[in-house]
Amino acid sequence: MGTNSKALPQRHRDTEETTPDTIMRKYWPTCSAFCFSLCLCVSVVKRFCLFFLLLLSTTAHAALDVFACEPEWAALVQQLAGDKANIYTATAALQDPHRIEARPSLIARARRADLVVCTGAELEMAWLPVVLRESGNSKVQPGSAGYFEAASVVHMLEVPTRLDRGEGDVHAQGNPHIQTDPRNFLPVADALATRLMQLDPAHATEYRQRLAGFTQQWRAAIAKWEKQAMPLKGVAVVVQHKGFPYLSEWLRLQEVATLEPKPGMEPGAAHLSQVLGALQQHPARMVLRAAYQDARPSEWIAERAHIAAVELPYTVGGSEAAKDLYGLFDDTIARLLAGTK
Amino acid sequence: MYKSICSHAVIAVLLIHPLGASAADATADENAFNPAFSLILSGAYASLQRDPAIPATGFAMNPNPGHEQGFNLGESEMGISANIDPQFRGVATLALDPAGGVSVENAFVQTTSLGDGLNLKFGRYFSGLGYLNEQHAHAWDFVDQPLVYATLWENQLGEDGVQLKWLAPTELFVELGGEIGKGRGFPGTDRAKNGSGAGVLFAHIGDDIGIEQSWRAGASLHRTRRADAESIDVPDMNGNAVTNLFSGDSQTVGLDLVWKYAPNGNMRDRYVKLQAEYFRRKESGDLTYDTAGANVTDSYAVTQSGWYMQGVYQFMPRWRSGLRYDRLDPGIAQVGALNAGNVIADYAFRPSRISWMLDYSPSEFSRLRLQLAHDNSRLRLADNQLFVQYIMSLGAHGAHSY
Repeated sequence: MGTNSKALPQRHRDTEETTPDTIMRKYWPTCSAFCFSLCLCVSVVKRFCLFFLLLLSTTAHAALDVFACEPEWAALVQQLAGDKANIYTATAALQDPHRIEARPSLIARARRADLVVCTGAELEMAWLPVVLRESGNSKVQPGSAGYFEAASVVHMLEVPTRLDRGEGDVHAQGNPHIQTDPRNFLPVADALATRLMQLDPAHATEYRQRLAGFTQQWRAAIAKWEKQAMPLKGVAVVVQHKGFPYLSEWLRLQEVATLEPKPGMEPGAAHLSQVLGALQQHPARMVLRAAYQDARPSEWIAERAHIAAVELPYTVGGSEAAKDLYGLFDDTIARLLAGTK
Repeated sequence: MYKSICSHAVIAVLLIHPLGASAADATADENAFNPAFSLILSGAYASLQRDPAIPATGFAMNPNPGHEQGFNLGESEMGISANIDPQFRGVATLALDPAGGVSVENAFVQTTSLGDGLNLKFGRYFSGLGYLNEQHAHAWDFVDQPLVYATLWENQLGEDGVQLKWLAPTELFVELGGEIGKGRGFPGTDRAKNGSGAGVLFAHIGDDIGIEQSWRAGASLHRTRRADAESIDVPDMNGNAVTNLFSGDSQTVGLDLVWKYAPNGNMRDRYVKLQAEYFRRKESGDLTYDTAGANVTDSYAVTQSGWYMQGVYQFMPRWRSGLRYDRLDPGIAQVGALNAGNVIADYAFRPSRISWMLDYSPSEFSRLRLQLAHDNSRLRLADNQLFVQYIMSLGAHGAHSY
């Protein structure tokens, strides 16, 4: 930076000497501001572009650069693209995906991306629009081929009939936590593979084969999980955040209470006592929370209502065992079953 | 800072409208913002021991945005934004003055499809210099701006002009930007001639350190030619308050650094944010002393500087506390011989201030704040200040920048 700003007056003087125009000298400040901005912008941009083009050409653009908003989509891209993609995961399992900041690192990574894969349904609304806008990358803007929203191909639950902030942080397009039902990965994988083939037609056959392989394995895994989860059918649960409707629908869990008074609002003591009172009327077996959530509210309830507090990995990396998509659901089912004991 | 719903939501609304699907029914009512519309309501109560109109010592020729005493309604801020077409996005922010009247705070168009890391913005915008300059008042961590922003930029530099930014295609965030404009905000003098009245250059770099820390550092340069800049009530060597006129070159350099830490990188529960900025302005030209009386013109040059350092700690969800230290240096002016007996060259005083705040945010859309400050920015006029503030956000509330 220092060299740039030092180089600048020098460059300006050069321009002034090569054009010894009296008007230019008279209106020095005007011209200088104009010139130094424009000269610097244009020449520095050009020079850097050249420099980086050289850099890029040496690393050869063999693979697609994929920017995955959440770890589950990074894992899915990994399944579908293998070594054909360089994957960057923007958020970690222990981070609340609603509350990510548009950090410089994310903007820099989005700048290089060929494909952005996100949940959508306003989950990333607090940071992704700024990241994409500031990235200056026209390939990945919403609406272009390099922008993929998983929620767009999934049947959404909890689509609000009334949009009012008095209802808390509700999402107009429905509950965005679609990754808790493995069945949702099938249409997403299908659409994502199609997108990969579109962006990288040279490897279309490979994407098609990988998709077929994944679909077959995943269907078998779903059948296995559903069998394992039979004892969970109809089990009453309390949830900390309204983050499990897809899981509950899949496994027929019965959600009887929510610890957050409104979506996105912290559970206060008064509301927790109310939930505790309600639990005496309609008892539940366990209280569920995602790995990124504060443990205290669910532990407070669990202790007083004498039920199990179950922390679910929620996404890939959310627990020791949730190393990939298969591990995510193996561990989720195992933890739920342990909670009923 | 950008108060808008995300552009993909806008597009999604556009896409689902013609389908008339059930999802569209939910978004088709009055809450379906296209364009995104937002309103910030804010107000404060201030208890001050000194007259807020008294400027910081040595900065009488600079602006003094000051504070309002007692109950006061802050500016209500109305924001409208939307994609104009696949190439452009438009943003307007109107400030509703409690005394009546509307002023245009921001009204700019930015490109969305230039690609190659380029972003072009034109219209009226907050300059990209420094770290705090682009942030709207509702995103400030304290009730007021640091002294260095208040005195050197009249809280924040707004410009009518063109801004071009370029982001390098590297893993490290490297952003370069340049602006040329009218010179609308201080220290510019609102030039109404051909050509530009002020230029800004800035560079930012930033990255993460592991999963828990992130940072951004920046450097800025601002230049303008000041023409007949009038300052009233400037103290002189004889103990009078006079009106002076300055014309000359003004060049400001700035450095800024922000560092954030959150356990596991989860900003929801707890985080720490540290930031510091430094600005140094060199002005040289001619000063006309006491335009209403003596009216003596001679050379005048001065280098003013200032910095602040602040930390904000979210110690539990919804609750944050912050501490800020401010310092200014009015510099020692080189006053031409004709005005040596008139204009004060050395104030031998460095203004400072320390502020503490505590804020509570019942939700993402509301915030209540208490701030205490010990203001030692005016010689022998130390001031203990108390502020209570509310900031509420209605309607579309989009992403904030880093």
